[in-house]
Amino acid sequence: MHLETKLVQAGVGKDEKTGAVNFPVYYATAYRHPSLGQSTGYDYTRTANPTRSVLEVTIAEAEAGDAGFACASGMAAVHTVMGLFSQGDHLIVSLDLYGGTYRLFEQLLSRYGLTFTYVDLRDIQKVADAIRPETKAIFVETPTNPLMQITDIREVVQLAKNHELLAIVDNTFMTPYCQRPLELGADIVLHSATKYLGGHNDVLAGLIVTKGAELSEKMRFLHNSIGAVLGPQDSWLLVRGMKTLALRMERHEANAFAVAAKLKEHPAVAEVFYPGLAEHPGHDVQKSQASGFSGMVSFRVRSVEQVGLFLQNLRIVSFAESLGGVESLCTYPTTQTHADIPQEVREYVGVCDRLLRLSVGIEHPDDLIADLTQALDASLVVGGALR
Amino acid sequence: MNFATKVLHGTSCFDPITGASSVPIYQASTFHQADLDQPGTFDYARSGNPTRAALEEAIAGLEGGERGFAFASGMAAISSVFMLFSAGDHVVVAEDVYGGTFRFLTRVLSRMGISVTFVDASQTEAVRTAITPTTKGIYLETPSNPTLKVTDIAAVCRIAKQHDLLVIVDNTFMTPYYQRPLELGADVVIHSATKFIGGHSDVVAGLAVTRDAALGEQLYFIQNGMGAILGVQDCWLVMRGLKTLKARLDVSTNTAEQLANWLSAHPEITSVYYTGLTEHPGHQVQASQSSGHGAVLSFDVGSRERAKALFDRVKLPIVAVSLGAVETILSYPVTMSHAAMPAEERAARGITDGLIRLSAGLEDVNDLIEDLKQALENLPPLQKIEEEKEAFSRA
Repeated sequence: MHLETKLVQAGVGKDEKTGAVNFPVYYATAYRHPSLGQSTGYDYTRTANPTRSVLEVTIAEAEAGDAGFACASGMAAVHTVMGLFSQGDHLIVSLDLYGGTYRLFEQLLSRYGLTFTYVDLRDIQKVADAIRPETKAIFVETPTNPLMQITDIREVVQLAKNHELLAIVDNTFMTPYCQRPLELGADIVLHSATKYLGGHNDVLAGLIVTKGAELSEKMRFLHNSIGAVLGPQDSWLLVRGMKTLALRMERHEANAFAVAAKLKEHPAVAEVFYPGLAEHPGHDVQKSQASGFSGMVSFRVRSVEQVGLFLQNLRIVSFAESLGGVESLCTYPTTQTHADIPQEVREYVGVCDRLLRLSVGIEHPDDLIADLTQALDASLVVGGALR
Repeated sequence: MNFATKVLHGTSCFDPITGASSVPIYQASTFHQADLDQPGTFDYARSGNPTRAALEEAIAGLEGGERGFAFASGMAAISSVFMLFSAGDHVVVAEDVYGGTFRFLTRVLSRMGISVTFVDASQTEAVRTAITPTTKGIYLETPSNPTLKVTDIAAVCRIAKQHDLLVIVDNTFMTPYYQRPLELGADVVIHSATKFIGGHSDVVAGLAVTRDAALGEQLYFIQNGMGAILGVQDCWLVMRGLKTLKARLDVSTNTAEQLANWLSAHPEITSVYYTGLTEHPGHQVQASQSSGHGAVLSFDVGSRERAKALFDRVKLPIVAVSLGAVETILSYPVTMSHAAMPAEERAARGITDGLIRLSAGLEDVNDLIEDLKQALENLPPLQKIEEEKEAFSRA
């Protein structure tokens, strides 16, 4: 069955009693036991909830994994996965990385004796050099946030296998519609489902998918023990969002191509980062491991003074922190998503104060281009004169 | 303001823009920023959401604390609060903690270099004795689950002060209506709001409240960083439940008291645990630090076989995991709430094969008594079991 069909059919007809096309929202926290020692399969909602189960089965199938786990947020998913590791363990992590993940690793988990080395995963030799006896995993974000650098997943997975490391991939930017890391050999896939999977900027959620019975069992234990689970209403909203994933992703991508091409031509723009562009250094790797390029475009303006003017003048695109929704959003990583990464690290990676990140929505592309163009034009005007 | 009024009017639990009597559900993950240099109150919903903020403000007010936090579950609240500690730290923990807390401490947190010592916290001196140079906190649950041992919160807090330790109290069984640990000197209060605060068996949620702002800032960092936050619909349901907290507990506690007395006099019951019974060892302390005894009681029918017979025969109570709901719930700690605890640890805590936990709901007390009465009739005899046991041990 194709992914589009699997997603649309999520939960359909699963409510055998009524035949309801859409699976109901089970608000129950507890489930009546038929007798002592007997269970319906549901005991307590933190452990398992029927509505959440529909979501978890759907994402596991979509990512070609063995088990899915829904968490309260993307960060709750990352944190739950990190529960696999113990004091003294070491992980190799994408150098360019979502700021929230960096903050969790450096400011919270470091206090528990976990250590992290941030490596440009495009350079496989550097990754190999970073492996230590206590290394347990490689954590990949590809494309990276916000610089859209592409990691060759197969290459990293092979290295991980050679050294018996877990390969964990944050697949938020791509979704299983474009990229399925487990099929490329990864062990765990993570999502901030708040983004493309939910797709409507209306629900906060995280998802984990594992490959293999043993790993799935460990994750089930952690998910239940740590308890950062997703509520039933949010689970239902997420399933609802996922039914239109394919349609949305097609439009996001088409719009992103149009926007990226236009940004490239604008005099206010110094550089455009979109893996769909043929000149993007990761373009070929991306094509080899993913079926699409998604809707995230970053760009650098020419001077930092332009940033405020550009954001102020946007009419359709919202200046807000997040991505992957039907509405176009523009984020300023320096003060928003990546504020928790120290300035010198940020600048070393390339997340400078001239960088803006666009999550291209599904509005009409002409309207988006017109809005971005007028805001970029305005960013060039200082005191009534062109900069 | 009295508690009954405070649960309804203690905080701004109405929408300031429209005046709506109930806070709207802000199903938004992100918030538009008008100005690059002046970020708005809300930017990204994990960091803050108006619906969640209303609940967090409400619980902070009711517990008499500085700052409130809403989490995805009681366990998410507990695992987040324990992130206040670091590798190398030691925590003294009441030995009868909820099985899920025990599992988290011994199988997840232990791998992160945090050590714990379990003590009978109803013996204040046992808490003092367990303190080591690396101890950073004391974690209490009082009355404990499921044998309702009572810890003298103020006495433990005095010891904690001398050693500069954080005191964390799981206040799930009591709620702020009956017991406010922060006023007794504790630093953090935790709730499984799935229980009495939500009250309707329809939402899984956790809450935490810190006494001071500085600790609140630390916990906020953890809540945002770890992201185990509560969704907005669930926040709204918890607030809805909170409005009837006092009314529900008044009825349920009264029922629990009557059931405890009735069960105590019943010949088929070997023991009853309820702090409202004057012979309960924690009765005095409980009466001094709390304004009520709550709606949870446990009783022992003597054996697993007899427990099973009772569970098969009761008609009204839900046989389920959880507690603190409008419906009366019967649980079997050995296979439910404390299944995560090894058998020897359970036995050491008095969680026997005949122990049954009852969380009184809002049904008519006489209906509950009638139901329990018929269920207790013709149980397999206690005597016979004792004889069989003896025969078995002789063999």
